[in-house]
Amino acid sequence: MTLNIIVTAKQVMDPETPATAYRVDREKKRVDSDPSARIAPVINGFDENGVEAALRIKDALKDVKVTVLSAGAAFTMDVMKKALSMGSDEMVLVQDPALENISDSTITAKVLAAAVKKIGSFDLIITGRQASDWDNAQVPLGLAELLGVPCIPLTRKVDVKDRQVVCERVTGNVHEVISAQLPAVVTVSNELGTPRYPTLRNIMAAARKQPTIWSLGDLGLSAAALAPKLKMLDLFIPKKQSQCEMITGEDEADAGKNLALKLREAKLV
Amino acid sequence: MADRQGVLVIGEVANGKLNPSSTEMLAHGRKLADSLKEPLSIALLGQDLGAAPKEAIAFGADKVHAVTDPLLKEYQVDAYLAAITKVAQQHTPRVVLLAKGPIGSEVGPRLAFRLDTAVIQDCLEVRIDAEKKLVGNRPVYGGNCMATITSLGEPMMAIVRPKTGDPLARNDSRHGEVVAFSPRLEASVIKSRVVERVEKAQEGVRLEDAAIVVSGGRGLGSAAPFTNEIKDLADLLGAAIGASRAVVDSGWISHDHQVGLTGKTIAPNLYIMVGISGASQHMAGCSAAKVIVAINRDSDAVIFNDARYGVAGDWKKVLPAFIQQIRAMK
Ligand SMILES: Cc1cc2nc3c(=O)[nH]c(=O)nc-3n(C[C@H](O)[C@H](O)[C@H](O)COP(=O)(O)OP(=O)(O)OC[C@H]3O[C@@H](n4cnc5c(N)ncnc54)[C@H](O)[C@@H]3O)c2cc1C
Repeated sequence: MTLNIIVTAKQVMDPETPATAYRVDREKKRVDSDPSARIAPVINGFDENGVEAALRIKDALKDVKVTVLSAGAAFTMDVMKKALSMGSDEMVLVQDPALENISDSTITAKVLAAAVKKIGSFDLIITGRQASDWDNAQVPLGLAELLGVPCIPLTRKVDVKDRQVVCERVTGNVHEVISAQLPAVVTVSNELGTPRYPTLRNIMAAARKQPTIWSLGDLGLSAAALAPKLKMLDLFIPKKQSQCEMITGEDEADAGKNLALKLREAKLV
Repeated sequence: MADRQGVLVIGEVANGKLNPSSTEMLAHGRKLADSLKEPLSIALLGQDLGAAPKEAIAFGADKVHAVTDPLLKEYQVDAYLAAITKVAQQHTPRVVLLAKGPIGSEVGPRLAFRLDTAVIQDCLEVRIDAEKKLVGNRPVYGGNCMATITSLGEPMMAIVRPKTGDPLARNDSRHGEVVAFSPRLEASVIKSRVVERVEKAQEGVRLEDAAIVVSGGRGLGSAAPFTNEIKDLADLLGAAIGASRAVVDSGWISHDHQVGLTGKTIAPNLYIMVGISGASQHMAGCSAAKVIVAINRDSDAVIFNDARYGVAGDWKKVLPAFIQQIRAMK
């Protein structure tokens, strides 16, 4: 029997955007990169780890279908298609103007839960531990609650055996192996390992695939069902006043020595 | 809802002792409770809570919900959630606070969904506004931006980052009430199982508690300095060793050394950073450091915006002389 894995993936502003290229619209409570910096959006890095986790299970078990699911107001198709080019089978995009700049995880989780139900059967949902824009780390936990299934967060290795998902996770100094009955939600972190590069074959296959696109209406979701539970009052870039004293010397070694003397003078060592 | 009242902290207990992060949450909670003029309570969960309830009162709680059940012996999220949901439904707090960490970050959002409300994630600061609404300040976009967020749901919930406030001074003569509660959990609530658990022994000083931390980044060039120069300096200063995510991802040092947004939060008096660029996601874990010292080859590195003292130079030349001088001054 085919094992159905859904991987959620969010399109985000590139988190490696240099600090100087961040722009904030304080009225709209929106963050963007400076257009002149021409920074392309990316798939949230932890979600790419999620795609990788799903594909590793597919490599091991063969009869596995990987569906990538995303919700947003607008998508850059070349960016999202990377998840297909890596080797996923299908993609479902919930695209709706009402999903513009959502920072309230309760809304995203409700939309994704409705989409999962419309997709139909699933055995495992894999998500990144958090999205690198709002850093909320709540959608996967909410998804598990709304679907009434177990959730194992922050894993670094995901295996499926006999209708069980078995995960490794490391938090602080504790190393754990945790298992749960399918269906379940797991979240993955970057410790899972580098996501694979798309092969030429997969890129060509992905080019032929058309994502399924649904609106909120298609999911039967009304505005009232998506009432916000949080409100952003302000959004800004914190001002930093550099007050760094640069320690120099005759050469680099001398500067190192002077640094030690300075720290002693300041009673720090 | 007019009948919602008070501030409830979800506490954490280990070996019959209150976790340091819980004492910090009690200080945050005390402030909120005082501005609401309402009581501060804490829920403590376990099989045996030892002296933790008394400690919680000494650190500022008016009331302790001592929630005990055999299924709460070890932390298991489903059992914890079932128990805390019962406490929250019975006592209808206005505000619920949790500490960011393996437990709070897992329980907080799920509890919020169960109670059909939302939690403000990763707050550096929480307060009550004139309309008695909870307001939190939190970093977003990897710490590049800050957002001020208020709750529209009930109860109003926040996850607060550790080390964002000092605990109150312990006062063992404070009065408070301890109320026992047995949630009578059914084993069937438990949906995930820990098959194996290994706790790595702590080597040297705990990173989170260290007064001095020495960290290395990609600029070190290889794993070797973590067992040579960085280790020598750390040993000399009695410091803990930290790292950037870049070097953890490269396998130069294990993940438990990572400082940052998705690593550990540290608050040392002195933080020495070698070959680390100072990306906001790294700085998110050390914003509470009192004095930052940076050694970086690139005089334009953003780390020099956050550092108090800096040397623009190659660590291979700077660090040995720095170590030698520190040793000479001992
Ligand atoms: C969602 C998300 C979460 C993240 N979480 C974290 C986190 O928790 N912690 C974290 O650290 N990062 C995190 N990151 C990654 C972060 O954005 C940076 O990529 C990372 O911190 C960079 O590590 P680095 O400074 O070691 O490497 P680089 O940015 O490559 O910097 C290396 C520095 O070394 C200097 N250098 C090079 N050679 C020398 C030399 N010989 N002598 C002296 N200096 C030299 C260079 O000038 C440079 O400044 C996260 C990223 C994302 C997107």
